[in-house]
Amino acid sequence: MSSPKLSILVVGGSLERLQMAAMVASIGAVSGAEVQMLLSMNSLQYFARGNTQEPAPEGTIGRTMAGKKVPPFKQLLQHAVELGDAKIHPCSMAMDVMGTKSEDLEPFLARPLGLTKFLADAASGQLLTF
Amino acid sequence: MTSKQVIDARGSFCPGPLMELIAAIRLADIGDEIELLSTDQGSATDIPEWIHKVGHEMVSTVSDSGVWHVVVRKAK
Repeated sequence: MSSPKLSILVVGGSLERLQMAAMVASIGAVSGAEVQMLLSMNSLQYFARGNTQEPAPEGTIGRTMAGKKVPPFKQLLQHAVELGDAKIHPCSMAMDVMGTKSEDLEPFLARPLGLTKFLADAASGQLLTF
Repeated sequence: MTSKQVIDARGSFCPGPLMELIAAIRLADIGDEIELLSTDQGSATDIPEWIHKVGHEMVSTVSDSGVWHVVVRKAK
């Protein structure tokens, strides 16, 4: 029997959205799902190699999380890749708009992906958007 | 020979305790027991669910003074 497929589209750039997307990806991956994530729009900037800029919170939870021992979203995504079957793709359109090359991004990211291929792969499973 | 180790994840929020447990299980030998200490309330239900799903063995789940002691055995 093949693994369930979980596709996650991330377009928001707030701390809460990135955190929740990373939580879903990591839990899904370590629970046996085949996870693919597409980082697009305002999310991609936080995956520039060596980026230290933290995403801004959009509400109370995000502001409160800052002082708590919450696993950082990038660490969760690395766990999803290393401990499970997850692929985190940068969106090729967002890369073109930003003038970003693959070598400018975090090394744990997979190859750039277009929306057409992402949606084709997502057709056989669940698709979540953050 | 099997062994038992304790993972102290107190203070870490979901899914930190589960991730620490998974990392420990990967390094353990089959039959080893791992006791996870967690103050994350979701651990009491989420970790048994994960253990059941992936096929390891739950030994016990006990709450003591606000700390969950979750003991699992690596089965495969």
